[in-house]
Amino acid sequence: MNIFGNLSWEAIPWNSPLPLIASAAVIAICLALAAWVTLAGHLPYLWREWITSVDHKRIGVMYIMLGLVMMLRGFADAILMRSQQAYAFRAQGYLPPEHFDQIFSSHGTIMIFFGAMPLTIGLMNFVVPLQLGIRDVAFPTWNSTGLWLTATGALLVNISLIVGVFSRAGWLPYPPLSELQFSPDVGVDYYLWALLISGVGTLVTGINFVTTLLKMRAPGMGYLRMPMFCWTALASSLLIVAAFPILTATLAMLTLDRYLGFHFFTTAGGGNMMMFINLIWAWGHPEVYILVLPAFGVFSEVISTFSGKPLFGYRSMVAATLGICIISFLVWLHHFFTMGAGGTVNAAFGIATSVIAVVTGVKVFNWLFTMYGGRIRFATPMLWSLGFIVTFVIGGMTGVLLAVPPADFLLHNSLFLVAHFHNTIIGGVVFGVFAGIAYWFPKAFGFRLQEGWGVAAFWLTLAAFYTVFIPLYMLGLLGMPRRMQHYDMEIWRPWVLAAMIGIFLFAAALICQVIQLVVSIRHRRLLRDETGDPWNGRSLEWATSSPPPPFNFAVQPNVTGEEPYWEIKRRAIASRQNEGRYEAISMPRNSATGFVTGFFATITGFAMVWRIWWLAILGLVAAYAVFVWYAWRDISEEEIPAEEVARIDRIHRKRRADRLAPHSEASETA
Amino acid sequence: MLLLVGCSGGVLDPKGQIAAEESKILVNAFATMLVIVAPTILAALLFAWWFRASNGRARYLPDWVFSGRLELVNWGYPLLIILFLSGLIWVGSHRLDPFRPIVSSNEPLEVQVVSLDWKWLFIYPERQVATVNELVLPIGAPVHFSLTSATVMNSFFVPQLGSMIATMPGMVTQLYLKADHIGDLWGLSTQFSGAGFAGMRFSVSVKSKEDFARWVDDTRRSACDLDQAGYAALLPESRNVRPFAFRSVAPSLFAEIVKGTLSPQNASSEQAGSLAPCAEAPR
Repeated sequence: MNIFGNLSWEAIPWNSPLPLIASAAVIAICLALAAWVTLAGHLPYLWREWITSVDHKRIGVMYIMLGLVMMLRGFADAILMRSQQAYAFRAQGYLPPEHFDQIFSSHGTIMIFFGAMPLTIGLMNFVVPLQLGIRDVAFPTWNSTGLWLTATGALLVNISLIVGVFSRAGWLPYPPLSELQFSPDVGVDYYLWALLISGVGTLVTGINFVTTLLKMRAPGMGYLRMPMFCWTALASSLLIVAAFPILTATLAMLTLDRYLGFHFFTTAGGGNMMMFINLIWAWGHPEVYILVLPAFGVFSEVISTFSGKPLFGYRSMVAATLGICIISFLVWLHHFFTMGAGGTVNAAFGIATSVIAVVTGVKVFNWLFTMYGGRIRFATPMLWSLGFIVTFVIGGMTGVLLAVPPADFLLHNSLFLVAHFHNTIIGGVVFGVFAGIAYWFPKAFGFRLQEGWGVAAFWLTLAAFYTVFIPLYMLGLLGMPRRMQHYDMEIWRPWVLAAMIGIFLFAAALICQVIQLVVSIRHRRLLRDETGDPWNGRSLEWATSSPPPPFNFAVQPNVTGEEPYWEIKRRAIASRQNEGRYEAISMPRNSATGFVTGFFATITGFAMVWRIWWLAILGLVAAYAVFVWYAWRDISEEEIPAEEVARIDRIHRKRRADRLAPHSEASETA
Repeated sequence: MLLLVGCSGGVLDPKGQIAAEESKILVNAFATMLVIVAPTILAALLFAWWFRASNGRARYLPDWVFSGRLELVNWGYPLLIILFLSGLIWVGSHRLDPFRPIVSSNEPLEVQVVSLDWKWLFIYPERQVATVNELVLPIGAPVHFSLTSATVMNSFFVPQLGSMIATMPGMVTQLYLKADHIGDLWGLSTQFSGAGFAGMRFSVSVKSKEDFARWVDDTRRSACDLDQAGYAALLPESRNVRPFAFRSVAPSLFAEIVKGTLSPQNASSEQAGSLAPCAEAPR
């Protein structure tokens, strides 16, 4: 028996230049970055301040960076798919099925699990404690562990590019195709271990945020005084806690099938593939709300701030959010109406699905009435929010269309379906994340993003979105299924080519975003946010400095209403309140636990994929040892003395007072 | 744009009873939702434009945060639309349940469908003939399909006849369709099933009753027999298979495929490779 399990030099795709060159380039970039960091002496800083950080703000920023990088990776897959289909009319194109099938599988997997999820969780991490007026989350070291386990999953998926292959069974590996009999290579194993490991990280994050939101709010902040984003984060975290164990259990069963010859989902031996499909969607449908609810929260914050009004119908919004939270668990069967469940079952799930449209409709109307009577400023976050309302409403409409079983019998698994879920995920989640990033960027880094390039990125993204996905809707109506490596239908071709043009617009939009970031960093002095409140905000995160000190608030805020910071401002005591009552603050100590656990989890995952049993056991034991070592720690907190707190806070107060003095009258009496 | 799509061979250009009813529901549901969606989009753009900060004529209502009457509209309006749609869903799901037989005075036809790697096998049990990647139907006949898979899950779909349905190993799904126009259509698999998935297209030709009978007779002159050996030759993977026909079909073949006694894991592939029961069969 080989000590390297099934791993050999043949695992590297020597004869397929595309992944080889791509991964060589990526490896070169990573090595160059690592070399630069080491040689320039940034390594100790990175280790101390970021990698081992348990500060929710830093963890949030790292999640978002991970999400953005993975989104670029997933976008590269999208370019490959669209261009392959543009070429492959009555021809094989340039990607044989063996590659094409990996590309659409990794596109979906990466975009959902390692793009959208880290972006959403990153925003929650950064914003929730600030909005609640507290100093950290409930379990800071767990938080860091969650991040690094997510990064482990992302790393495993990307390793499959160069060592072995990725899954060819789609982003949700339906058996029997994903069983050993039909997918004997390591592709599905990479998928399984990446998601089993990152799934633990996500679950831990969910538990952490439920605890934080339920137990750790600032004094006076009752549930019905939490900002809308906190409510949506709570709903999303509750869904994570309820749904992710289903995913982990389902994938574990498939893993047992593949590794130990169980027969949960096989064709033979009494297995039933339909069970997998039911279970995976029992997680999968709540998952889309895990992603989109925090985005709804972002829009609620942004629309209210930039309209200069409180959120309209706050309690109605809370009810709608919790309604979505519950109903999202009752609709999973609409993902497979065509498996022949029968009229009554299909009708019941179809109706349950359309009920979600009612509660979502309530939210949309409340956003409209928030704008009504406002004084709307069209900064980038607000543009994304408007783009969202228009786009998402269309996506919701096509969603309800697919919830009508007889219509779904014509459109299921077609590009219409693909266009629908991109319509909601791009129009909802991605627009929401971009709005959130533009909105909270100054809070995180102390300077605003440059407006011009952001506006350009918005309009290009909007144009790109419709140029890609209107053709995809049309193709669905013309009967084109998803995941076609080639085709020979004349009627599809013009639409396929149109979608191809759209993808270039998307690329242009992304370039604008990158330029925006570079320009903003270069002009950061001009864009500096001295007040900590660049948008005339209404919730507590704007009460502290930008970037906030490690302890967030020098003095814990006292909340007296739904919009605490707005009230402080109205009483015009922002710059004087609480001065002189500083106390020492205890903050959790940084810990390498998360990073080291992630390191060993990567080793275990990789070893399990290649069936290197000794290494897998070694990784597991080491990860457990890290946990024991952490559990035996003597000191878990360190104290920031009162003088230091006072010193940091006075700088912020002075800056703010200097800036606010000339025009405070105008903005506060408005 | 929808009109353009409507006349060019997609799901909005139905050629059979089921597809016609389904696409009617599709269009009706779409129109119903436009009643709420179109004004919402318009209102969003209008509000945003009118209440822009630079518009001095717009009223600023910084404390307007709740209105009971509006909340009623917020919840009531979508609820009404969804109530209406729910009726559509309930009735439509039952009437167009794929398992539900079509009432017709015309002579019915039985077709058994098997998805293979990566082609379709159509068995006509009453006529004792079979085809690969070619489905021939008599006009006006209510066709009862029984579907299964000899490989992974697939989905059988003829866009202009309606109602796609999954084919799954070890299970039989049912589907009733009726073609109302003579002509050539196409069908495919919509559930991704592996490397050869994109080539799982099959031709569908709808013939007059007489032409259909003539076609069955022609098929009997084929050189291929769908016995155990003929079926075994179909099992190995093959892509973009050209249509061909079998002049005879072993009785109860479909039932055995469903039971899994003939499924790929039991048929040894080298044996299948060495058999050449039929000159027309693909390699």
